Amino acid sequence: MTAPRTLLDKLWAAHEILRREDGVSLLWVDRHLVHEGSHHGFAKLAARGLKVAEPDLTFAVVDHYAPTRDRAHITDPQIARMIDTLRTNAKAQGLRIYDLTDPEQGIVHVIGPEQGLTLPGLLVNCGDSHTSTHGAFGALAFGIGATEVAHVLATQTVWQRKPRAMRITVEGTLAPGVSAKDIALGWIAALGTDGAQGHAVEYAGSAIRGLSMEGRMTLCNLSIEGGARFGMIAPDQTTFEYLENRPNAPKGAAWEQACADWAALTSDPDATFEREVKFDARDIAPTVTWGTSPEQALPITARIPDPDTVTPAKADAARAALDYMGLTAGQALEGTPIDQVFIGSCTNGRIEDLRAAAAVLKGRKARVPGLISPGSAQVKAQAEAEGLDQIFTQAGLEWAASGCSMCVGMNGDLVGEGMRCASSTNRNFRGRQGRGARTHLMSPAMVAAAAVTGALTDVRPLMNGRAA
Amino acid sequence: MAGWNTHEGPALCLPLANVDTDQLIPARFMSVPRAQGYGDYLLHDMRRDDTGGLRADFPLNQHPEVSILVTRRNFGSGSSREAAVYALVDAGIRAVIAPSFGDIFASNAVNNGLLPARVEPEACAKLEQALTTGPRPIRIDIDTRTLRLGDLTVPFTLDDSWATKLINGWDDIDLTRAHGDAITAFRDTRLRTAPWAWPAAH
Ligand code: SF4
Repeated sequence: MTAPRTLLDKLWAAHEILRREDGVSLLWVDRHLVHEGSHHGFAKLAARGLKVAEPDLTFAVVDHYAPTRDRAHITDPQIARMIDTLRTNAKAQGLRIYDLTDPEQGIVHVIGPEQGLTLPGLLVNCGDSHTSTHGAFGALAFGIGATEVAHVLATQTVWQRKPRAMRITVEGTLAPGVSAKDIALGWIAALGTDGAQGHAVEYAGSAIRGLSMEGRMTLCNLSIEGGARFGMIAPDQTTFEYLENRPNAPKGAAWEQACADWAALTSDPDATFEREVKFDARDIAPTVTWGTSPEQALPITARIPDPDTVTPAKADAARAALDYMGLTAGQALEGTPIDQVFIGSCTNGRIEDLRAAAAVLKGRKARVPGLISPGSAQVKAQAEAEGLDQIFTQAGLEWAASGCSMCVGMNGDLVGEGMRCASSTNRNFRGRQGRGARTHLMSPAMVAAAAVTGALTDVRPLMNGRAA
Repeated sequence: MAGWNTHEGPALCLPLANVDTDQLIPARFMSVPRAQGYGDYLLHDMRRDDTGGLRADFPLNQHPEVSILVTRRNFGSGSSREAAVYALVDAGIRAVIAPSFGDIFASNAVNNGLLPARVEPEACAKLEQALTTGPRPIRIDIDTRTLRLGDLTVPFTLDDSWATKLINGWDDIDLTRAHGDAITAFRDTRLRTAPWAWPAAH
């Protein structure tokens, strides 16, 4: 009888080509996703005169620098150069590229699953920390740096020491207005941004099983904000239904075999985790960040903490954050005026996110300007087919094309200095959305609520029909 | 890349927690080719005012000669951008000492000859205290995993495989290509046992 194994154990074993004496494994990479930011990796490859080892397993996406408006005329020469460099590299190496005008273009972590490139049981690498997103399918997915990108390009393998296994269990049913984003911000606030460092997090429990694939992706996406390079959820019927008939998903007999193989990708009942943390879904409320780190998050009903009363180790950071954010200790979070909103990113730019925002915005007007950038061209088309774009534009918000956009501001979509933005993205770091920008992270529904009131707002009363 | 096992140089304290890679190098500088050098962008928005001028009161600006940083928990968290490591290395930094590091940052660091030395929080506080009046030399020994500042000796932790890489200045691609047969054999088996792992539409 073999010892009980975790999902991590099973995925690791399935990809381990060899393990060195020092305990580091050489792993086979099933999918390598590259984007404009991968230029350092390609340059390293070229410097050695090497070719991409497995072009059929390597996919290029234009997303980080993708203009969200007037794509035919890129005026910024640096942005044009970044996109052209990716095109040149993709062409030279024979890679499928999802370019700006491609109906399948979008943010790398949105289109991977959408195109069925992401599947259970795969190892997915990308030079982007939010690669943990793909773990939502029961894949071993993790972000890598440029040297590692060059290594995967050259060898289709990656060296990695196996992380420790950690399980976050959430039991119960989420209340209306509470989403995967709130589960994530909740655990990161509880454990800290380094709370899961060195660990691969598996999410389990009835609240997780109850999430759609979109919600699971949001949760796994944010694992990195809690320090975990890997987030994962065992595949189940929800996973299979999402994937069936996706362009790159297996078909026919191969699909049947795949589903049978994937059904075994669960942690055995007696498997032990080096770390276990449990939450009750009933305790989770709509959550917003007040500081400059994702761990500085609280339920919308809370007050901004007083640095003198938080643990000494975190007091300096809290003081600095309040100063940067222009907030006063003791103020209620709710009612804090905002200047603008953004909905999009690989965290919350999927169709379900847009639906949740539209449900709040429907028949209402935004009091502040805002931008909505769908996670992919397909999400955009779907939203338009459902009339969501009309709801957004009638509310006074701008409906744009897909890309990383204001999540990171590389394409020029920026939040101005000192401006306060309610954002569905993943990082409230200083300057992330632009120099001096003040970012509050929250779910898309909460961003929509902030838009219609012009302030940080609890979405729940609005969902019950309260006038904004 | 040249390997190293000891280094002695001036160390500066940066008493900040959660210095993420967006701080280490803001996204707008990441399109620069490496050959142009990234040192000027290190901690750009902290070090420089709106016009790009160096802030006189920022410690790193007063002591550009330092080669070691002592800082607080969760250094290098966030984005996987290796450019954050390039900015440190190109500014002459050889080691960062902190109680914890972002996982991807630490691995990027080792790939570029930069030591991420993890020390206990209490020991880090002692080093910080010893540096309150300004930079002082620290001697780093990777073989023994120790740091020495005056009479203070502090152990640090570093994965053995990373120590080997730093000391030898090894590049993984060469090491891996030596395993070419094992990789090919693995690929063949995977293609046979998990054909679904190849993209269908390709
Ligand atoms: S949307 Fe933001 S977090 Fe996601 S891949 Fe793009 S830049 Fe990274």
